[in-house]
Amino acid sequence: MKELKLMKGNEALAEAAIRSGCDAYFGYPITPQSEVLEYLSLEAEKRTGMTVLQAESEVASINMVYGAAGTGKRAMTSSSSPGISLMQEGISYIACAELPCLIANVMRGGPGLGTIQPSQGDYFQAVKGGGHGDYRMIVLAPSTVQEMVDFVRLGFDLAFKWRNPVMILADGALGQMMEKVELFEQQPRKTNIEPWATVGKPKDRERNFITSLHIQPDKMENINLHLQKKYNEITKEEIRFASSGCEDAEIILTGFGLVARICQKAAQLARAKGIKVGVFRPKTLFPFPYAEIEKLASNPKLKGILDVEMNAGQMVEDVRLAVNGKTRVEFHGRMGGIVPSPEEVLAKIEEKFVGELV
Amino acid sequence: MNEKTMLGENIAETADTQEVICCPENLVYEKPDTLLDTPMHYCPGCGHAVTHKLIAEVIHEMDIQSETIGIAPVGCAVFAYNYLNIDMQEAAHGRASAVATGVKRVFPEKFVFSYQGDGDLAAIGTAETIHTCNRGENILIIFINNAIYGMTGGQMAPTTLPGMKSTTSPFGRDVATMGNPLMITNLVASLPGVYYATRVAVNSPSNVRKAKKAIAKGFEYQKLKKGLCFVEVVSNCPSNWKMTPIQANKWLEENMFPYYPLGDLKVPNDKEK
Ligand code: SF4
Repeated sequence: MKELKLMKGNEALAEAAIRSGCDAYFGYPITPQSEVLEYLSLEAEKRTGMTVLQAESEVASINMVYGAAGTGKRAMTSSSSPGISLMQEGISYIACAELPCLIANVMRGGPGLGTIQPSQGDYFQAVKGGGHGDYRMIVLAPSTVQEMVDFVRLGFDLAFKWRNPVMILADGALGQMMEKVELFEQQPRKTNIEPWATVGKPKDRERNFITSLHIQPDKMENINLHLQKKYNEITKEEIRFASSGCEDAEIILTGFGLVARICQKAAQLARAKGIKVGVFRPKTLFPFPYAEIEKLASNPKLKGILDVEMNAGQMVEDVRLAVNGKTRVEFHGRMGGIVPSPEEVLAKIEEKFVGELV
Repeated sequence: MNEKTMLGENIAETADTQEVICCPENLVYEKPDTLLDTPMHYCPGCGHAVTHKLIAEVIHEMDIQSETIGIAPVGCAVFAYNYLNIDMQEAAHGRASAVATGVKRVFPEKFVFSYQGDGDLAAIGTAETIHTCNRGENILIIFINNAIYGMTGGQMAPTTLPGMKSTTSPFGRDVATMGNPLMITNLVASLPGVYYATRVAVNSPSNVRKAKKAIAKGFEYQKLKKGLCFVEVVSNCPSNWKMTPIQANKWLEENMFPYYPLGDLKVPNDKEK
């Protein structure tokens, strides 16, 4: 049965957490995502008995997530950029201890205290590993409120499939805007006990312990090799993307999240003017769809790629790696909480490429 | 004949005789199954080892091994999970009580304790400590106070005594610039969320017995869902105090106890029990 609702992005994400059968949420207020904690405080416990706790800081929240995730329960937190920076230590520990959990970053403009307006300035932090050491999160980039819902459930599934932290990398606009969403049915809370979880040692199994400490270098290298192997498998199996109008395109716009929708509109405007523009959107930022972008770049009809982001040029580095010199890659970015308009993206296409499109 | 020779003679006797000696009726003490055989890395005379044993004994005696989750700190006790035969999580530096909160909130019926040193609990983790106590999380916090950073090699701790030398207070802790020792147990005892706060030591047999009772109470009150229990163990660090174990225990009595007097800081009101 379809359940349609008009919902704000942050509230939709919170609703999806309840419906995913999430066991525990730990968070700290920060604009523009405080509605997640507010919505869960009001709704979660009475509906599913889910734990919701306002922590004293983001440092505490992520470590509460560590504790709850270490018992094999579905645990999550959410925050926005400065708060996510505070969580980086904990995320690194979680990644090494291989704890499944969900972290949502509703990004705002930085650096520093920055602005409360939307941004995509935390791509590097999320995708390349903002904490110390060699680790990866699976990073999902929603571009609609519907995906704010869908990626919560998907995020938990991937987190448990791979015993890895998953981040939903959204932005302030997605968090605040209202759209129609289709909600999935309530999923049961988790009752099975993971074999690795710390829930109290029965007589008939060895003790379980959760740690990220392996002081012998050979052991720590093996842990690293194991993690890298896992990340390679994730790369093989979990790449997700969307593309439209790329087959006959002379220009391809790349962008993630909200920006991909702006690109979509810009592509329409361009096609109305007779410029064949396509849009390619990675849904997973890690793993990144390098091979798919390389394939598009190999199309002889293609004049180039314009990558658009709400930052100074972060994902564009991965686009360039993927393209590997096969076509020209231009970049257009806005920062500090400014959202680019479809018209300005179109103007960029014309400025950078149209002279060559005869 | 002195005792040693007698013992030697016994050992030299036949296997049959030995079996008779090693019989259940003669058993006066047994290592609890909650303690592993792993040799501890703690320095000789260190209070950590004794405190670990007490925790293991209490869990064994209460028969709650299958319901207990411990949280290890960063510091000398970082490897606590190598010695205690229970499910454990190793937390980031200072965050043990937040991790314990996460565990307890999803498994409220289980026994959860954190084991933390002074740097972990009273410096980098002060916020987590205060707020966990203030929320009255139904857990036990065991706080080892030896007034120094052991694992990193003897730096000043939040609880280092005035005038006490460390590698980062080489001329002695100058309270004018380095502040006074943080009496964190007194601080948390003032919070309504804390049900039981006490200060014990493991430097002598009688103190060890009292310390064990305090730890046991912490678990008992947790069973009754009374709120947070906080047990400070005033301990030593022979290695970084640069003393023999005997000197360290003497120094502990003469210098630590006057500053950190042993005894209950907050006792449950018996009427409400
Ligand atoms: S360094 Fe100090 S606290 Fe650490 S094990 Fe040695 S004596 Fe104990």
